[in-house]
Amino acid sequence: MTLTIEHASHRECAVDVSGLTAGYNGHTALDHVTFTIERGCLAGLVGPNGSGKSTLLKVMLGLHKPWSGSVLIFGHTERPGHGDVGYTPQTELVDWTFPVSVFDVVLMGRYGKLGLVRRPGKGDRDVAMAALERVHLLHLAQRRIGELSGGEQRRALIARALAQDAELLLLDEPLAGLDATAQHDLLRLLEELRTEGKTLFVATHDLSCVAADFDHAVLINRRVIAFGRPADVFTEEKLSEAFQRHLFVLPQGTTIIGP
Amino acid sequence: MSDIADFFADPWRLEFMRRGLIAAVLVSVVAAVVGSYVILKGMAFISDALPHASFGGVAIAFALGGSLYLGGAIAAVVTALLIGFISRRGLIKSDTAIGILFVGAFALGLAVISRQDNYTGDLFAFVFGSVLSVTWDDVWLTAAIGVAILAFVVVFYKELLFTAYDPAMAAASGLPVAAFQYGLLVLVALTVVIAIQTIGVILVVALLITPAATAQLLVRSLPAIMGLGAAIGTASSVIGLYLAWHADLSASASIVLTATALFVLAFLFAPARGILWQVVPRTNVVHSRSS
Repeated sequence: MTLTIEHASHRECAVDVSGLTAGYNGHTALDHVTFTIERGCLAGLVGPNGSGKSTLLKVMLGLHKPWSGSVLIFGHTERPGHGDVGYTPQTELVDWTFPVSVFDVVLMGRYGKLGLVRRPGKGDRDVAMAALERVHLLHLAQRRIGELSGGEQRRALIARALAQDAELLLLDEPLAGLDATAQHDLLRLLEELRTEGKTLFVATHDLSCVAADFDHAVLINRRVIAFGRPADVFTEEKLSEAFQRHLFVLPQGTTIIGP
Repeated sequence: MSDIADFFADPWRLEFMRRGLIAAVLVSVVAAVVGSYVILKGMAFISDALPHASFGGVAIAFALGGSLYLGGAIAAVVTALLIGFISRRGLIKSDTAIGILFVGAFALGLAVISRQDNYTGDLFAFVFGSVLSVTWDDVWLTAAIGVAILAFVVVFYKELLFTAYDPAMAAASGLPVAAFQYGLLVLVALTVVIAIQTIGVILVVALLITPAATAQLLVRSLPAIMGLGAAIGTASSVIGLYLAWHADLSASASIVLTATALFVLAFLFAPARGILWQVVPRTNVVHSRSS
């Protein structure tokens, strides 16, 4: 057995997107998008509505075929069912009235590995329970998914991605619509998962969270405006270019005093 | 005492009543299980459309002297697949696609019949149902198709659940989501085909959605909704046939009315979720206002 010492600058690429162009019915949603995310990173995907964030996540999941360019996940082309990539959809795309328990939903993370017809066994149920424990939802396992609070619902969806044994988690707006406490708890969870070696790529509108807590940011508006450390990405110039309006950028620690 | 015994035993002395009961129960059970997906996925409109579309196939089969069953089955399945195909293209909304296709197929049926000199009760039996004139061959065919449908639901339980609950994630997990979405449409179409003969084109949708919707008010998991829905469908068939026998009513109408009555009861009295419990506590609140 040999020990390899990894140098920080040679860390493995979790995501390598290169020259990616994609869209729907002739409309271009992503135009020559190129960026990389290192393994074990908490990375934010930021851009205005309609900037192609969800399309990018779909291409990375292998759900949408790009017109050109490539997406390498841990060095290989992702195809559905491979299991490396976990995903939590925007909460408004989830049917919260469906009669399934929290445990049922998390167990679905195992379905891809099982393939057709085979039923989940004890091993799969154990993995699902462990994932629920990991996100501190074990006590709610038998509740209906719709009865959970907003923060608990996001954590249930993350547990499903964990049950899948995914190394890369794509989260589509997990912070949206949460109160401050729930947002704080979810961010702590994301940071813990990063510490455990997961790579997280989080689409969000919350620039301040990304600026404060994330390692890496990708700023897009159909094309990549900037990517790298949040401090380098969230400059007034680049944000204004992405959002096509003038934004005030306050240095951290600035206090705004109300009237 | 013997009056009561007669009341309950009387109808089943006749073979056509026994046959009708078996057919109605078979169809109710299958329809409630498939109907659980119908109510959860908001497919009520398509399950009303497919029976009407199948009438087009029935009419063509009648004109050609072929099997009415087969004609109805082909029309229902083809319409279901076309609706799925057009909806997936995303150019028009799926309920629009459903409306265009089923009325077109139904009109085709009417056009074909209008050219027939001797269209008879056979066709009207399909429109209004004729549970008491099913033959043993019909019962066997219904049982065979019904068992096949239930077997598909059991074998692919995990896939149908995942596809219905979260199609995007199911596709990302490598499941052939489109195949199962089409599969569900075909299940509904085949259920419609076996239900048409007993319950009729116009009332089929009631067997698919009413017992499952009633069960949804009372229990909380998909298997429980399927099981209780099947029980409610069975009860509706039995009570409906008693009603038809003793009150001399149309059998299919009696079955559907019984199912509707059970739904209304559940809607009013379901534990915790019934309308009654939402109204009563409010009236019990004492507004203590010191005067």
